[in-house]
Amino acid sequence: MPRRKGAPEVNAGSMADIAFLLLIFFLVTTTIETDAGLDRMLPPAEPPEDVDVVIKQKNIFTVNINRNGQLLVEEEILDIKNLRKEAIAFLDNGGDGSCNYCKGRKDASSSDNPEKAIISLKNDRETKYSTYITVQNELVGAYNDLRNREAQRLYGRDFTEMEAKYLNPETPSAERDDLKPKVKRIQELFPQKLSEAETSVN
Amino acid sequence: MSPIKRNNPTRLPAISTASLPDIVFILLFFFMTVTTIKNQNLLVENQLPMASEVDKLDKTDRIIEIFVGPVSPNSYEVDNAPVKIQIEDRLVAINEVGYYSLKALGAIPEHLKKSAMVSIKADNKVKMGIITDLKKELQKVNLLKINYTTVEGNVFKNMELK
Repeated sequence: MPRRKGAPEVNAGSMADIAFLLLIFFLVTTTIETDAGLDRMLPPAEPPEDVDVVIKQKNIFTVNINRNGQLLVEEEILDIKNLRKEAIAFLDNGGDGSCNYCKGRKDASSSDNPEKAIISLKNDRETKYSTYITVQNELVGAYNDLRNREAQRLYGRDFTEMEAKYLNPETPSAERDDLKPKVKRIQELFPQKLSEAETSVN
Repeated sequence: MSPIKRNNPTRLPAISTASLPDIVFILLFFFMTVTTIKNQNLLVENQLPMASEVDKLDKTDRIIEIFVGPVSPNSYEVDNAPVKIQIEDRLVAINEVGYYSLKALGAIPEHLKKSAMVSIKADNKVKMGIITDLKKELQKVNLLKINYTTVEGNVFKNMELK
């Protein structure tokens, strides 16, 4: 008798089990990528030659973190939740009137303009790392808030979103070339000047 | 006799499970694409702090990872220094950081060396002293681009941690 059917069918009932095993194996051995963080640039080990730059005290916003995680900002104790607001007020002050996009108080005893405003961060050796990250985050956040405000005014979109798109290598190069001058311009409006001096010993 | 027969052969059609493998395979491919294989044995505890203003890290082929944290109980280290630095697969002393990070830099392909970046993955509980020392060592070997790697989240939760 000739065979009507071809080869006998392979039972695929256990396929699901095999796939589940593979799935569980991958779930156990892999981690979801969580790599994001605060980018910083360290100063070079040898300071540049011309160190005779005089910076006015009013252009420096001092932030000190002590070993218990308390903040001393401009010689006054400050709650960490208000740090961002204070930093924005300092950067956005525009005391000498040369900054036409600043919306601050124009207080003569605070920073002259965003170009000159420097934030100086000092910490104790016993300060907790998590506190330090919180402070760093709030200071970077202050810059980002101001840059977002200017980017919204000039281009109608957020700076952080533009920057992320600009830095992403998957963005088409035409779009990146378009974004480059915009990102640079906003960065120049509020240059990030965050100095970390020597850690105090006690 | 009850009005409903229990062994009625025409009761319910069986649900076809023929597409189950396909569904599971889709799940499998999803997890394969969004996750990465752990290529390192963590020798230190590593509970990253949270931050909200984060930048995405570059691809892993140009990243030098440095872990800082208390020694985890499952490593066989009989040293009582509480906080350790781990580069690649070993615990290193603070004065060896420069050497081992340069060694890690050497493993990065030549054309990517310029954009090499150090990712500092430090534990929540670490004190700033060791981080400061670490930064000084990195300055000495001219690895200036650093990233404090964090988890995205509310920063003020950091303060509540003990």
